[in-house]
Amino acid sequence: MSMWAWFHRLASPKHFYRIAGRWIPWLTAVCVVLFVVGLYTGLYASPPDYQQGDTIRIMYVHVPAAWLSLFVYVVMAGASAVYLIWRIKLADLVALSSAPIGASFTFLALATGSLWGKPIWFTWWVWDGRLTSELILLFLYLGYMGLRAAIDDRRSAARAGAVLALVGVVNVPIIHYSVEWWATLHQGSTVFRAEGPAIHPSQLLPLLVMGLAFTVFYLTIVLIRARAELLLQERRSAWVREVIDSP
Amino acid sequence: MTWSQFWSMGGYAPYVWASYGLALVVFAGNVLAALQRGRTSRRALRRRVRQEEAA
Repeated sequence: MSMWAWFHRLASPKHFYRIAGRWIPWLTAVCVVLFVVGLYTGLYASPPDYQQGDTIRIMYVHVPAAWLSLFVYVVMAGASAVYLIWRIKLADLVALSSAPIGASFTFLALATGSLWGKPIWFTWWVWDGRLTSELILLFLYLGYMGLRAAIDDRRSAARAGAVLALVGVVNVPIIHYSVEWWATLHQGSTVFRAEGPAIHPSQLLPLLVMGLAFTVFYLTIVLIRARAELLLQERRSAWVREVIDSP
Repeated sequence: MTWSQFWSMGGYAPYVWASYGLALVVFAGNVLAALQRGRTSRRALRRRVRQEEAA
C-alpha cells in the first residue's frame, strides 16, 4: 500500500477509530516505560547541577512541558490548516482534542518555571519576552476553547477555531526566539540550537527521555479524545452503531 | 544517597516536589478528562439510539 493510500485510509473515520484504538495500548506502554526511565534518571541517577544544585531537576518537567506547549500548538494549527484547505473533519477533531491538553501543559510550563525562578532568580515572575509570550500562548489555547464552546453550529465553530489557531501560530516563533530578541532572565536555548546541545550527557539523557515521554503521552491522550469526538460526529453512520452496541 | 537526602533535594525540596506534584496533577487530570470524554460520548449515543427505537 502506498503512503498516500495509507493516509487516505487513516482519514476515513471508521479506519481511524479502529487504528487509533489499536495504537492506544501500545502508546500507553511505551509512555510508562519512558516515564520510569525518565523519572529514575532525572530524580535519582543524575547529579545535581554545579550552579543550581537540585533545582536543576525541575528542568526535567519544565522543559518537556514547554516543548509540548509549542508542539501541541503547531499540531493544532497544522490540523486546522488541513481542515480549512481539504475539509477533512477528522483534522478538526484532532485540533479540538489538542486544545485542552496544550493548555494544561502550557500551565505546567508556566507554573514549574515560576517554581524554578523563585530559588534561582529570586522572583516568581518577570514580564519579559519569554514568560509573557508563553502566557499569551495559554490565553490562545483558552481563547480557542472558549470560542468553540460559544458557537453552537458545529461547522461555524470549527471554522472560527481553525482561523484563530492559524493566526495565533505567529506566537510560536516569537516564544522560541524571545530569549535572543529581548533582554531576559530566562536562559537561552540549550537543546534546540544550531551548534548542538550545550548540556552535559548526564542531564541531557533524562531531559530527552522525559521530552519523549511527554510527547507520547500527548499522542495517547489526543487519540483517546479524538475517538470520543469522532463517535459523536459520525453518530449517523452504521459503524458507530456497531461500536456503541458492543460493550 | 539516603532517603532523607533524596527527599530534601539539597534544601530545595519545596520547589522540586511542588513541580513534580503539579506535573502529576496535570497528567492525572488529562487521563481522567480524556476517559470521561469517551464515556460521556458513548452514553449520549446509547441514549439517542434508545430514544430512536422508542419513537
